[in-house]
Parts: sequence; structure tokens; C-alpha cells
Amino acid sequence: MPRNLTYREALNEALAQEMERDPSVIVMGEDNAGGEGAPGEDDAWGGVLGVTKGLYHKFPGRVLDTPISESAFIGAAIGAATAGLRPVAELMFVDFMGVCFDQIFNQAAKFRYMFGGKAVTPVVIRTMYGAGLRAAAQHSQALYPVFTHIPGLKVVVPATPYDAKGLLIAAIRDNDPVIFFEHKALYDLTGPVPEESYTLPFGEANVVREGSDVTIVTLGRMVHTSLAAADELAASGVSCEVVDLRTTSPLDEDTILESVENTGRLVVVDEATPRCSIATDISALAASRAFGALRAPIGMVTAPHTPVPFSAALEDQYIPDAQRIVNAVKSVAEWRR
Amino acid sequence: MTDSGITSVAMPKWGLSMRSGKITDWVVAEGDPVAPGDDLADIETEKITGTLEADSPGLVRRLIATVGEDVPVGAAIALIAPPDVPDAVLDDLASRARAVIDAGLPEDDGAGPVVETVEAGGRKVSYAGAGDSGDVVLLVHGYGGDRNSWLFLQEPLAARHRVYALDLPGHGTSAKDVGDGSVDLRADAVLGVLDAVGSDRAHLVGHSLGGAVVLAAAARSPGRIASLTLFAPAGFGPSISAGYVRGFAAAQTRRELKPLVGQLFADEQLVTRQVVDDLLAYKRLDGVDAALAALAETLLDGDEQRIDSAAAVRALGEVVPVTVVWGSADRIIPAEQASSVAAVAPGAAVRVIDGAGHMPHMERPAEAQAGAEETIARAA
Repeated sequence: MPRNLTYREALNEALAQEMERDPSVIVMGEDNAGGEGAPGEDDAWGGVLGVTKGLYHKFPGRVLDTPISESAFIGAAIGAATAGLRPVAELMFVDFMGVCFDQIFNQAAKFRYMFGGKAVTPVVIRTMYGAGLRAAAQHSQALYPVFTHIPGLKVVVPATPYDAKGLLIAAIRDNDPVIFFEHKALYDLTGPVPEESYTLPFGEANVVREGSDVTIVTLGRMVHTSLAAADELAASGVSCEVVDLRTTSPLDEDTILESVENTGRLVVVDEATPRCSIATDISALAASRAFGALRAPIGMVTAPHTPVPFSAALEDQYIPDAQRIVNAVKSVAEWRR
Repeated sequence: MTDSGITSVAMPKWGLSMRSGKITDWVVAEGDPVAPGDDLADIETEKITGTLEADSPGLVRRLIATVGEDVPVGAAIALIAPPDVPDAVLDDLASRARAVIDAGLPEDDGAGPVVETVEAGGRKVSYAGAGDSGDVVLLVHGYGGDRNSWLFLQEPLAARHRVYALDLPGHGTSAKDVGDGSVDLRADAVLGVLDAVGSDRAHLVGHSLGGAVVLAAAARSPGRIASLTLFAPAGFGPSISAGYVRGFAAAQTRRELKPLVGQLFADEQLVTRQVVDDLLAYKRLDGVDAALAALAETLLDGDEQRIDSAAAVRALGEVVPVTVVWGSADRIIPAEQASSVAAVAPGAAVRVIDGAGHMPHMERPAEAQAGAEETIARAA
């Protein structure tokens, strides 16, 4: 029976159900187990934003605290995965991923290929991304394009509680390394989530709104901003189709191309910086494979090519908002040769 | 209808969770004469698009709701009246109805449909009820469906009956374990829900596989059954679309599923994105693949039907009223099989709905409802 859960609760339920189902699933990360007994705390903290709360006592010995050494514990998680466990490692902020790139890019991503398919690496690395929490340049980036660039990694960016649960369960059952991106500003978002376990396939985009004039391709938190813009545009007579990618690797090219062929116009909305990004990637896909269908230049709404500012006023300008999307869609819809 | 002969056409409630609807197209215009059963408007809900039919004759005197606006369930959307009703009377009614629509949806009181569960045959079975008084009517969906497939029928029938719809094991929010997939096991669910609602005499309505299930349940406990209405029931001939049955069990993506679901309807436009998305969400629950695979084996022997419901309907037809309703354009189980029911149960009423597909209760709800009501009346 679907009830309304928050994005955080949906992730927690996915972890709990998979740990229940499969004893090889373990959870590890900074403060996943710590904090118990601190003032006002009965239970372990369950990570910095509480996603794994409640699991420590439910699954004794399977929720591990790690030192503040990402290269060590991500390496340990990857090694444990090659040796038969299914670790779900929480790497607090994706910004910190830099210190363990070798473990991820050169080890986890390459094993299956280099060992001729004889090695599997069923590791999930959960991480937070995104601006909007006044957390400044080293805690606010949207770095999924960096991981999407690496063959051998799967990259998941869920936008809703329903998707978060189904995609996390699919990630845990997947035999390849999966980088799982959670936007900090989505944890309290609520939506219907079935009680039972379920999986959503990777590489299947979700058309979250049907429309006929302009296709908006987006992901993660920007799905909601794009839907708000589409509502506003509908009032002024522009009908938008909104496509939520759900995963950037694998990428559902068919759904994007099909939608662009129907509307003839494309705007890509992405919170990441614009160079070598999901926005440019999708634009290149449409330009090379749906050129004949395009009736206007492709629009891109992204962050600027700068670090995320600490200044609140500047950070608010940095994140794409509904108004910028409305403007971009209108200029594409009204474009004349 | 009021004393003056004015009929106020209300936004219908299609399904227990529907709170508002949108008119996508008025089929009629002001001044058009209408007869019962004529199409009035196409209406879109969160879940589905359907056509609202007139239930009384007259002239369409006022269209109140406009295309595209959200209208709360129950609000008047049009007025039908004889030509001699004065304009001033209609204008007054229309402006009051307009105010109701403009006021919008009341705040969500959280009183959605109450879904209950019962343990039957060792498995959790979910069901939801509507209606406060009258005989118990139990609606049993088909293969791959759930209780929501009765969305156009449950509320209208609930005006005079206590109407329950269940999720068969393997479906909806019931347990997904279906054991060997046998029809008998599904009959446990039917009898379990009757026990749970305290019914010792109920009207059973079953669609497709659900038709075979209600017959199996009735055969096991004939004294508890008041009447049987069977929509395109399984078990009355060899022919069935095995491609549909196996394809539905195997489909993993929207692209695979959509054309299959289209085969259920004569008018494939009824299959909205939401209908396919809801089915995909169901199919992606753990255990559903295995359940559907087992049920496909229950339904099929090679490319023909394995189930034989003839003996059950022959015996029951002598005890309770039986009606068979079939869409003439059914592409899953051909409508010719309606005559097999009549052959073994000569007392059975047969209604073939011209131009409907395998889901007459969704495609042509007014006629489907009339079939059920008539059977229930015959049992009185």
C-alpha cells in the first residue's frame, strides 16, 4: 500500500528491506553508527543527515562507522564487494570524492572489464550533492558528470521518494559499482511509496509531464524546478514535456529522442556547471541524432562555470530557478530563423 | 431529477480515490437533445480518461464546467431539462453551480478509501468497500488487474448496495505469493473477504480470470451466493490470446507493455500514460513476475485455455441468477464464448455490448452496471 514517505525515509526503507532480504548487504560510512548516547540521542545518528538511522540496532554488526578517510573506507568497500559482500558506503558529500578517485575510477570501474567478466564489484556509493544549503564551494557541487564520464560506473540521480527507493534497491542488487546521488534539499520531500520492495530499471527515463511544444530534459532536484516552470508556461500557452533522466549512466537515449521528435524543441535543465556536463551531452545527442526534428536551437539552463558561492545572495543566483527555465523555454518556443 | 424535470449532471466519482476531474471535451452542445446512454463529455482524472453518459432524457440547456478546469466530484457540470423550463430558473441554478466549481476542492480531509486486509488461505488479501446499506456485492478483477479496475462501477453500485472490491493474491496490495497459481487458491480469497465483511449471502461479480474465480468460490459454497455476474469470464472455450497473457507477464518496459494493454480495449485511446505507469509500478514489485508467470500457467495450456468453468456454471445456473456480459470486440477472449455459457446454463442472461473490448466495465460502464444491477434484481 503506498503511503507518503520522505525521500530520506524511502532510502532508509530500501536499505532496511535489502539488509533483511540479503545478509551480504552491509552499510558503512562516517557517523552511520556513532552519536549514540550523546545528549538527546538514544540511537546512532545514521549518517550526517540521518538516512541510515535505526539500522544499527536492527542489523547488529552490519552498520559500520568509518574513520574520516574516504580513500581508506571506499577502498575497503570496493574490496569487500569483490570478496562477496554488497556494501553500501555513504560518502557524505560528493565533493570529498576526489581523495578516492583512484579506488573508484581505476579499480572498481575497471575490474569487470580487466578480468574478463570474472570479477564483480557490487558496491553502492551513496553521496550528497547540490547547492542551496549555504554550505559553500567544497560541499555543494553537483559532480555526477565526472562519474558519468567513466565507463564501468553506473550513475543514479533520483528525484522523488518513489524513485529513490526503487533505484536504491536496484543499485544494491546490481553487480556493478553504482554511484548514487542524493540532493540535500530533497530529503524532506514527501511522496507515495509502496511498502513492498520494488526495483526501477537503470536507463529508463520517466516522462513526468506530457507536452507538445518543448521538451525539458532534467534530473534530480531540477525535475521539481522544471515542473514548476512547466506549470507557469502552461498558463501562457506553452506545453512542456518534462523528462526525468533518473540515471545518467546508462542513459535512456530513446525516450529523449522520441520526445524531441514529437516537440521539435529542447531545453536541458541541470544544476551542474555547464562544461562537459549532462546538459552538453544531451544537447549533443539531440543535435546529432534528432537534427532533422529540431525547429529551434537547443536551450541550456545550468549553473555558471564558477565555484558555488558562499554568499547567500550569490548562491541563490547560482542555482537555476523556475524563472530562468521559463525564459529559456520561451526563447526556444518563440525562436524564428 | 427534480419536480420541474431539471436534471443536474454531476462530475462523476470514478474510483474510490477520485476527488476531482477535468472535462477534456464536451460531446454535446447547449440545445442538443439527449437520451439515456448518449455520450455527454470526455472526462480525465489523475488515473484515467472516460466518457460520461446521460442517464435521463431532455435538452442540454446549460454547460456549466469549461474544458480543462478542475471540477470537484459531485459538482454540477451541466443541466438537462425539457424545453419549457424557463431560462431564469436555469440561470439561477447554473450560477450557483458555477460558484461550487469556483470554490475548488475542499481541503483534503485525509478520508481516503479505507483499505482493509484479511488473512485468507494463509495469505494477506486487501479489499476496500463503499456503500452503507443493501446486499453485499463483491467485485473480483482479472489477471494483472486490481480492485481499481472497478473504478467506474463500485461507486455507482454503492448507491444501493454494500460493494467491496478485492485484490486477488499476486495483485494490487495483496500478498504476492500465489503458490501453484490455482483458481481454488484464489477462491479462498473471495470466501475470506465474504467472511471478513460478515456476509452470508453475496452477489459476486467477476471479470475474466476473476469470473472463473467467483465460479470456483460459488461452487464451493453455493448457499452463500445470491447471484453471479460474469464479465468476459475465463473457462468457456479453448480460444484466448495467449500472446497477451504471456506478453503481459514478460513485459519489462513501457514500450513492451503499452501495446499489450491496448489490446484490452476496443478504443486504445483509453490507455493513458498513467494507466501504463500504474501497471509498470505493479509489475516491478518483488514477487509479481513469479505470480504472473504462475497465473499464466493457470490460464494457458499451450496456446489454449486450461480453465474449464462449464461444470460450475451448469450447477450454479440452476440455483442463482447468472448474467454474462461480453464486449463484441473482445480481443483477449472472444465474445462467441458467451454462447457456451448459455448452452450449459439455459437460464443465464447474455448481454453482448456492441463495440466494447475485454474491459466492458471500464469502456462501457453504464451498460456493464445495468448488467450487474439486473442480475442482482433477479435474485431478490
